[in-house]
Amino acid sequence: MTNTATRPSDLQDERLQNREGIRGTIAGFVDKIRGGDLGALPVVIGLAVIWTVLQILNHGFLSAANLVNLLLESSPTGVIALGIVCVLLVAQIDLSVGSVSGLSSAIIGILFVNLGWNVFAAIAVAVLTGVVIGWVYGQIFNRFGVPSFVITLAGLLSFLGLQLYVLKGIGTINIPFDSPLVIFAQLAFVPAWLSYVLVVIAAGGLFLSDLAKARARRGAGLSAQPLSLIALKSGALLIGLGFAAWYLNIARGIGWMFVLFVALVLILNYALTRTKWGRAVFAVGGNVEAARRAGIRVKTVYTSVFVVCSTLAAVGGILAASRLAASSQSSGTGDVNLNAIAAAVIGGTSLFGGRGTAFAALLGIIVIQSISSGLTLLNLDSSFRFMVTGLVLLLAVALDSVSRRSRTSHGRA
Amino acid sequence: MTTSTLDRSTAPATILSLRGISKSFGAVAALTDISLDVAAGEVVAIVGDNGAGKSTLVKVLSGVHLPDAGTIHFNAQPVAIPNPTSALDLGIATVFQDLALCDNLNVIENLFLGRELRPARLNDIAMEVRSWELLRQLSAKIPSVRIPIASLSGGQRQTVAIARSLLGDPKVIILDEPTAALGVAQTAEVLNLVERLRERGLGVIMISHNMADVQAVADRVVVLRLGRNNGDYKVGTVTPEEIIAAITGATDNAVTRRTSQVDLRTIQPTVLPDGTVEPPSSENLNDKETER
Repeated sequence: MTNTATRPSDLQDERLQNREGIRGTIAGFVDKIRGGDLGALPVVIGLAVIWTVLQILNHGFLSAANLVNLLLESSPTGVIALGIVCVLLVAQIDLSVGSVSGLSSAIIGILFVNLGWNVFAAIAVAVLTGVVIGWVYGQIFNRFGVPSFVITLAGLLSFLGLQLYVLKGIGTINIPFDSPLVIFAQLAFVPAWLSYVLVVIAAGGLFLSDLAKARARRGAGLSAQPLSLIALKSGALLIGLGFAAWYLNIARGIGWMFVLFVALVLILNYALTRTKWGRAVFAVGGNVEAARRAGIRVKTVYTSVFVVCSTLAAVGGILAASRLAASSQSSGTGDVNLNAIAAAVIGGTSLFGGRGTAFAALLGIIVIQSISSGLTLLNLDSSFRFMVTGLVLLLAVALDSVSRRSRTSHGRA
Repeated sequence: MTTSTLDRSTAPATILSLRGISKSFGAVAALTDISLDVAAGEVVAIVGDNGAGKSTLVKVLSGVHLPDAGTIHFNAQPVAIPNPTSALDLGIATVFQDLALCDNLNVIENLFLGRELRPARLNDIAMEVRSWELLRQLSAKIPSVRIPIASLSGGQRQTVAIARSLLGDPKVIILDEPTAALGVAQTAEVLNLVERLRERGLGVIMISHNMADVQAVADRVVVLRLGRNNGDYKVGTVTPEEIIAAITGATDNAVTRRTSQVDLRTIQPTVLPDGTVEPPSSENLNDKETER
């Protein structure tokens, strides 16, 4: 009580335990976990377990070459999962992302290869298709109140049909290997020196932005992270990313397509956490009625989220076609849909809305792709992959439900 | 309490004035010829039975329903309140009974929901500073503004909801059953808050079923019965029995009959230490009956 005057203005309540410095941060973190606010912890632990098991079963799994491939393979579905995160945040679902991505890759194949369009024009049309599809979903959802589950289930069938129709009689369109699309997705890697520069920029950027934030908070009389903690965090990031870059550079390095995926994750993370739109998305996912009364245009938020999701699905389709160097009648079918949704959920996005981050897509898709890649190395076919992925998805959803219950009982809903 | 009521009533500047407000839903006349005045720095309690028209009146004032007839004057100007936004723009803020907070967002995010500072790059620091200012003005007991609403008690949530309505700098604030779901201590907290709103010079309209709360903070009590004005009393000049009679429309009603039973059964004269016998005070009587 005696030091009340010297404490920052947001920590003056006498009921607050003094949690300053690194020790306080750790104690706060343990409290959060106990209360069911698990964040990224389960997926990080899960990833460690999966990698350990697969490495024991096949010593090639954690080799640099395999990890380089794994990251490239993750990117198309990861981009689609990023859109799913947005939809899940408002407690809706989009089941048609696979079909939309397939349609988008068919559009690329026909326009770019068969009709000889400029590559950027073909990409623009494919992306625009995604925008329009999302907009239509939003209109149907807002005007008629049809559950998004049903709208997008109809979309799944319809756009699969459309994809089959436009590719009728063609079957598969091969994209030339010397086209910019295939070069970008298969052959373009970040030069080693540039990868280290990017690592330093990332860690330095975190350090400077945290430092500026701490200074501004102190200036406003609020509590702030101590310099030691900021330095520790950015130092850990520098070492972690630096090691990853060094290890991947043993093989071919970091693919530009993966860099694009990470860039999209960072952009979406900014939009969700630092803009008014992001707040509106979380508010709609938490309590629609409260959001409406607070003056948020709920219908616009729903439409924007469906548009973001379908657009990212279309982008994912373009990346998948580029990665395969082909667009076919089977593009976007099979497990693409469920892998994208599973990635978002495994990464820690709640199916109940209002909880999750953009990084969920990144972590989740790496888990899914690790399983897929590891089982392929073990010469097990897709039957095993489906079973294991299904099991992991079930685990993730069960964990979400249990931690939700724990949050409710600890008052952290 | 009585003296302060008299002090305040010397020169009240009427902010909000309703005359002849009527509203029907089909064949049901929910409000008929309602009049209501609210002055700056005045707490007006609206009481009435279920179906008396309290909620409809609140909805007319907050822009949810348009009245069929009647005039609304705000700061002596005739105004129309066609939608919730125009009510807010005028300076009429409403705290609904279900509070409308997002459980997954923290206190700052809830306070500024829909009117964040700097939309493209949220100014969290300015919002946090402003949140603390606001909560301290209300002497709110909230340990941290960076915890989710889910971890706050009912009284604290009510405080956050009221603080949020104050962000737009309203002149009149409408509280719909602010103490309905609260415990004893939390009710006291909210009543203190209502008094602080009055000290800030706001006109407060409080809907309540709880006669003890009404007696504790209100300056005037407006009684509605079956959609009509059925009494406008200055607190301190009226007994709870009179108010209840106005609510139910009869002096011989279920409440008074029950109260007299209670009196006979439970209220005994108290023997003071010096051996004299103290008669049951009227205050005790009031408490007993309102608890029922």
